[in-house]
Amino acid sequence: MEYSLQADHLTKRFNGQSPAVNDITLRVRPSEFLTLLGPSGGGKTTTLRLLAGFERPTSGRIQISNRIVADDTRFTPPERRKVGMVFQDFALFPHVDVAGNIAFGLRGARADSQRRVKQLLSLVGLSQFAERMPHELSGGQQQRVALARALAPEPDILLLDEPFSNLDTGLRAQVRADVRNILRSTETTAVFVTHDQQEALSLSDEIAVIFDGRLVQVATPHAIYNRPATVQVAKFIGEANFLPAEAHGMTANSRLGEVKLFHPKTGPVQLMIRPEALAVEFNDRGTPAVVRWREFYGHYQRLGLALADGVELVARANVDRYFQRGNQVRVTLALPALAYDPASDDTLS
Amino acid sequence: MQLSSILPTRFRGGGQRRQLPARWHIGNRQLVQGISLLVVASVMIPVAYLVIGAVGAGQEGIDYLLRTRTIRIVGNSVGLMLTTTLLATLIGIPFAWLTSRCDLPARRLFLVLGLAAMVIPSYLTAVTYSEAFGPKGILQSALEPFGVDRLPSIKGFVGATLTLAFVTFPYVVLPVRAALLHTDRSLEEAGHSLGLNRRQVFRQITLPQLRPALSTGMLMTALYTLSDFGAVAVMHFNAFTRAIFIQTESFRMDKASVLGLLLISMTMLLLALQSRLHTNGRHFRIGTGASRELQTVRLGKFKLPATLFCAAVILMGVAVPLLVLFKWLAGHTLTDPIHVSLELLIRNTVGVSAVSALVVTAAALPLALLAVRAASRFDRWLVKLAYAGNVLPGIVIALALVFFASQHMLSLYQTLPLLVLGYAIRFLPYSIGATESALEQINPRFEESARSLGLTAREALLRITVPLARAGILAGLALVFLNVMKELPITLILRPIGFRTFATRIWSAYDEAFLSSIALPGLALILVSATVLFVILRQERVAP
Repeated sequence: MEYSLQADHLTKRFNGQSPAVNDITLRVRPSEFLTLLGPSGGGKTTTLRLLAGFERPTSGRIQISNRIVADDTRFTPPERRKVGMVFQDFALFPHVDVAGNIAFGLRGARADSQRRVKQLLSLVGLSQFAERMPHELSGGQQQRVALARALAPEPDILLLDEPFSNLDTGLRAQVRADVRNILRSTETTAVFVTHDQQEALSLSDEIAVIFDGRLVQVATPHAIYNRPATVQVAKFIGEANFLPAEAHGMTANSRLGEVKLFHPKTGPVQLMIRPEALAVEFNDRGTPAVVRWREFYGHYQRLGLALADGVELVARANVDRYFQRGNQVRVTLALPALAYDPASDDTLS
Repeated sequence: MQLSSILPTRFRGGGQRRQLPARWHIGNRQLVQGISLLVVASVMIPVAYLVIGAVGAGQEGIDYLLRTRTIRIVGNSVGLMLTTTLLATLIGIPFAWLTSRCDLPARRLFLVLGLAAMVIPSYLTAVTYSEAFGPKGILQSALEPFGVDRLPSIKGFVGATLTLAFVTFPYVVLPVRAALLHTDRSLEEAGHSLGLNRRQVFRQITLPQLRPALSTGMLMTALYTLSDFGAVAVMHFNAFTRAIFIQTESFRMDKASVLGLLLISMTMLLLALQSRLHTNGRHFRIGTGASRELQTVRLGKFKLPATLFCAAVILMGVAVPLLVLFKWLAGHTLTDPIHVSLELLIRNTVGVSAVSALVVTAAALPLALLAVRAASRFDRWLVKLAYAGNVLPGIVIALALVFFASQHMLSLYQTLPLLVLGYAIRFLPYSIGATESALEQINPRFEESARSLGLTAREALLRITVPLARAGILAGLALVFLNVMKELPITLILRPIGFRTFATRIWSAYDEAFLSSIALPGLALILVSATVLFVILRQERVAP
């Protein structure tokens, strides 16, 4: 079998409430890094706990490297699944030192497990900290110990539940990169849960977007950002402008004039336009607009633009040009737009 | 230092459960439920016998219930409960406030000495009070120069109230102090910034925030008073517990059962009231952990009277009992008619207390696990029933067990196992409470981590959860040990013939008016209790 993890039609219902996880099907290839992304309380963590064996699925099947660990009749308890888990709060055993924590899941000869602990300590760069107690470590160090502990027994897959959300913002980017590098070097198959779309986009091989317990889209970060399956996904991942338009084939008529479309479409549609797809110029080509506000971020600037009929758009521009409130500018669409049915989301702004 | 840890958990205010649910992981549950069921059954069987006994009394029982004497007993107990609670509150609130928030000199020392009143059992305080304030007591001899050659006896209502108020006021101090220390300082500052003066801030902001803690303390005091046997027995005040004791001693089981059931319904009423107030208490905002140092209140010209007040409280709570005991010790050369070696007393007392503490702790662990992870209604009911000891006064448990043994297990009557069972029923809540709150502190993800690292449910419990809860479990053990050692009515009624402990020795010496024989066991009891309490509090401080 070519998958490390296969989950089919997973559903979890707690005491007759509406399902927390609703018919989710996932495939993860060896050494792949899959992210479950979605708003808080949307069923991502429950999915992860089903995979780990902390919850019993109401229905569906889970297969880890050829072994069926859960289906209608079978249920393998967590200790026999060969699944590693890194928790949001790390859950390092407070009464055991760093080496002891890492050795916790190791069986067999003492010398072997000592060697393995050493190996992992150097992998996560904490060789000097073997005898420290967990509370003597910084958040980032605790994070790495938790990772080493989960990796020590060489699990078939590693599950990470919001592992970066307890870290300071300054630390987060570095720890994130470290973790990604470690997982790449060990060729670990990982399933990662987050509600932070930046984290998901920058780390994942694939992203599975989950809303209200349902799987909405599975794709690479690039595809999720550029071709979101629904308006909801487009809004959740990155910033998006929406414009009503009339499509005919590969083009559509909108307030920005005749624009190119990504997919052929006919009839009334709403266009999804990322802010960076808008080109803002001081020349006389394109639709006239007024700069309403500007936020400067150093490496780019956000501009609030008002078209003649009052429609507002958000654009992202390079910082080589100096915009001010009240500037008269011209807007053109630099990339093809995505067109969605106008009824596909009633929360349309 | 979390002094409130020495109270049974169900009385502690402001306890919040962790938000993350700890789920059962398939494997341990049936075993834990099975053991719990066994424990709860042992707790409930004697209670059932009490009910059977009372119902068996039939019409006679109802007649007895309505007799003037019975009604007078109810009146006595309720009256004693109300005055004691009032007095303990009037002592407890200012004492807690002065020793926690004011610039009282040596306030830490005052606090510790004040709380030390808890290690002196009520019967010992009562015995020493009747000596000190009796017609020819220490107070009288101090007043003799002023021409006072005889004081009225304090036996009865006055003596019982005075004794119980000074024994129970720490139960008011502890929760009130905890609330005072966790008051959000910014609330008081907001009051000041809105133009309130110090007195207004205290009345309108500080005091309302104390209400849940105060009601907890008052209800504990009331419950203690209602269940206490020692003080009313020594003071010859005819409250419930004393009446039950007299009926039990003369084997009038039906009457004793009727009284016992009536008493239990009163304690249950109190506890029901408490749990209602407790849930209301959650609406109050109490502290968010790392708060800033609270501002110390300057007493100014009130410093001297405040210090004198605290000194007087300590004089009554601790100094008088100790002084009287030392006075008796000095006169101890008088020959003791029933000579009992101190060594034997120590061995009996410590032995039976240690065995009981171990039994209770072992029985409490499965129930505490159920309490923390209660998944079903059945689990929750088991835990509730195991807490029955909270509403069962010692004398009622003793009565029920005598009844049970006399009906079915005569061979058990007046044996150590039955005595230990009595202690276990009474003090199981203490141990469950301590263990439960220790387990609650443990992140449920620890066990899950262990599971995903290859440990079975049972291994995870033994290698992760129990070691982490060790401090709390040990604190519960020590607490049970302490209370068994001080226990009087269960010991008196259920002990094997000739089995003597500190408590029974003090009781019989008082009964036979060989007061000087009280000195040694009394001081030994206080010394051991104080040591154990000190160890509990130390443990709390070093625990992670």
